[in-house]
Amino acid sequence: MNDGERLPLLEMRKVNAHYGAVHALRDVDLSIYEGELVCLLGGNASGKSTTLKTLLGMLKPTSGEVVLDGEVVNDRPTSYRVARGITMVPENRRLFKRLTVRENLQLGAYLRKDSDAIATDMERVYELFPRVKERLAQKAGTLSGGEQQMVAIGRALMSQPRVLLMDEPSMGLAPALVQQNFELISQIHEAGMTVFMVEQNANMALGIADRGWVLQTGRVVLDDTAEALLANPALRTSYLGGGQGDGDNEAAEGPAGESS
Amino acid sequence: MSLAAPSDPAPPPRPASEPAPETGPSVGGSDDDAPPRPPFAQDWRRIARMGAIGAVGQIFISLSNMPVKLDGRAIIEGVLSLGYLSLVVLPLAAGSRVGHQLRREGVPFHRPGAHEVVGGAACGALVGGGLSLLAILIANFNLREPLVNWSPILADLLAFNRGTAFAVVIWLAIGAAVGAAAGLLRVVPPLARRVLWTMVLTLFGAAVLESLTTDLAEGMGIEALIDWFYAPRGGLTITGAIALAAGSGVLALVGRGRIKGAKARIDALEGPARNRAQGGLILATAAVLVILPMFAGKLTNELLANVGLFVLLALGLNIVVGLAGILDLGYVAFFAVGSYSAAVLTAATSPRINPELPWFVALIGVVILTGLVGLFIGAPVIRMRGDYLAIVTLGFGEIIRLLFLSDWLSGWFGGSQGITNIPGAEIFGLAEVAGTDPRSVFYLVLAFCAIAIYVSWRLERSRIGRAWMAVREDETVAEAMGINTVNVKLLAFVVGAVLGSFSGAIFSAKVGSVFPASFLILVSIVILVVVIFGGMGNIVGVIAGSAVLIGVLGGPKQPGLLAEFSEFKLLIYGALLVWMMLARPEGLIPSVRRTRELHQEELAQDAWLRGQTEDDHLENGEGRS
Repeated sequence: MNDGERLPLLEMRKVNAHYGAVHALRDVDLSIYEGELVCLLGGNASGKSTTLKTLLGMLKPTSGEVVLDGEVVNDRPTSYRVARGITMVPENRRLFKRLTVRENLQLGAYLRKDSDAIATDMERVYELFPRVKERLAQKAGTLSGGEQQMVAIGRALMSQPRVLLMDEPSMGLAPALVQQNFELISQIHEAGMTVFMVEQNANMALGIADRGWVLQTGRVVLDDTAEALLANPALRTSYLGGGQGDGDNEAAEGPAGESS
Repeated sequence: MSLAAPSDPAPPPRPASEPAPETGPSVGGSDDDAPPRPPFAQDWRRIARMGAIGAVGQIFISLSNMPVKLDGRAIIEGVLSLGYLSLVVLPLAAGSRVGHQLRREGVPFHRPGAHEVVGGAACGALVGGGLSLLAILIANFNLREPLVNWSPILADLLAFNRGTAFAVVIWLAIGAAVGAAAGLLRVVPPLARRVLWTMVLTLFGAAVLESLTTDLAEGMGIEALIDWFYAPRGGLTITGAIALAAGSGVLALVGRGRIKGAKARIDALEGPARNRAQGGLILATAAVLVILPMFAGKLTNELLANVGLFVLLALGLNIVVGLAGILDLGYVAFFAVGSYSAAVLTAATSPRINPELPWFVALIGVVILTGLVGLFIGAPVIRMRGDYLAIVTLGFGEIIRLLFLSDWLSGWFGGSQGITNIPGAEIFGLAEVAGTDPRSVFYLVLAFCAIAIYVSWRLERSRIGRAWMAVREDETVAEAMGINTVNVKLLAFVVGAVLGSFSGAIFSAKVGSVFPASFLILVSIVILVVVIFGGMGNIVGVIAGSAVLIGVLGGPKQPGLLAEFSEFKLLIYGALLVWMMLARPEGLIPSVRRTRELHQEELAQDAWLRGQTEDDHLENGEGRS
């Protein structure tokens, strides 16, 4: 998309971040515009999760700026950023397993005080995922993987986000469910949500995304449209196991690895 | 709120007349049970193993001196003392356990019969044989040096004063008889078992509550009746025991299923009707608690006041541990700060500052001070997680006590001499609450308990309560939801601290003096045990836990109903805790939520084992990141 006149909704400007002494992000530049579905690709330990943590404010960048809707939020806590419209669907969904589905959804709307609007949003989640409504009083940990994914997305939507961060949506799911999950994501995107997704499975992610970046040992090595990235032979070599040919095996291998 | 979801384990309302099944979810009905096994085709290895464990247990109990010490307390006059009772518990448990069969799908369940009786008898005899062995050993060796209780007194007790040979034979016989009886309990129909258990528990309860009932009867002027039930030197009279057993047996027969039926009916109610029923129950309980002390003497009221103080402490800790999931092992610190600040603000004898405020005015200061201390301790502690946090709170608990003890602050708090002559609490000029009048103390404690219960109950269902549970479940995700985890945890810490300080302020007015020695680490542990024993995260459970542990066994320094137990209190606390974790991890009275948690985990496992859908498979098979 053209970034001439429009301001990005969420932006990283020359961000460096460290985990202790380890230099996890090196001069990362990202910009996400309203209504886009973009993805950040990378192998294990390439800095994908660090990027998300930095965007959410759980990790402070050592230099550079995180900009949310034109405001530099480097020194703002997570709660402030969530209130301003960032939400994350964590990898492996990570529901509050021993709380009910209803309580999980209510916790998504934790920072909101407008109880009428919360009720309306609950209804919208039920519309999107009718099965969630059937399970409201049930403990979240007893749901099937697919249902948990719905609750995780529903929980994130309950905060009325302007941009939804998705951490490895294919992680830990059976291949059929990965497919279903990506359909969910593009469905939400088509309804107008801005989505920033972090993935190992390049084929699946680029299949629905508008644009993408490839991260390698903390550095953005490729930045292009989804079609161009898919056609780019460098994508194959840029990180291990993400090539076009063996992309389909990714989902099955997903649970084995974890990026830090 | 209805819990109609398919996999919810809440039992469907049962017809009122039908007794509950004794075993868990039975797979096959009793009709297709396999016939009883032949009496002597036993699993001898299992019997030997359990018998050996039981025998070691018997020897341990004997050498802990429990039987000798507890022999003074009669259960039934001239028939059974608490000491001998402590020696038949293990044969009973082992004899029953050895006949236990798991109902498993596809594995035949044999109807209990002679097999269980023979097995129980054999196992019981082995357990009893532990005491026979001990009697022989005591007669022939002198191990008094390492084992202080290796004494002729114990030998005489074991031998009923009739010599070693008699001891050997009688304990084998008693063990076999008790074990056989335990096996027999598996054979008789459930109704008979229920009636028998009701009789046994009634007798035991009546004996344990002797001082309480006597005290109450004196208040109500019915000593004559009580004299008929209880012997002059303690314990039930034989006629009284028979009458009680018969009465409770009849009641159990008549009332079978009624209580469960009533409970099921209340559970089945919805909306306002249910609220009314629960409100009625709460009002009735409150009425009993208000009226009962009027008839009770000093002893009962003292006991009730002690239980109340621990209810207050346990409710506070329940918020910290049960809701927010912060394992605080130094909770006594807030009890101490509450007591000391109340003492300093009210007592004329306080060394440095002594404003001599009225108790209720001082309470404001107590709350502020304890809240501040909670913030000071909490701020560094709360950033840690899990085990580290527990260890640091343990340290702070001790630091607070040592500060009060130190020479450095002795000019303020009196060092090891503490602060004495603390005046009682004056209630707006209406009444004076002091230790000399335990009834008034109880009423004050009751009022604060009511406040604490209401606060806990409201918090649990509030937005902040949900945030606490979210932090308990997954702190990182809770943060990603926008919950300021540090503030939320700090708030739990401070709310817990303030509830604990109420207890402390009442404690100092009740006892009239505070010493560092009253705030040992043991207090923290006892409160935590009360919370775990009662059922973490559950208000009723916490109250029940305090009543059973503090009321019956006694607190760290406070005697309970079984004052004879004081030496063995910690031993029994520990044993109860271990047993609880093994058999009933959700606590005595679990919260609906906790039961759901623990039992749905099992359900989820079962579902996984049966290999449901592919995605469930992967879901449960995969390790968390």
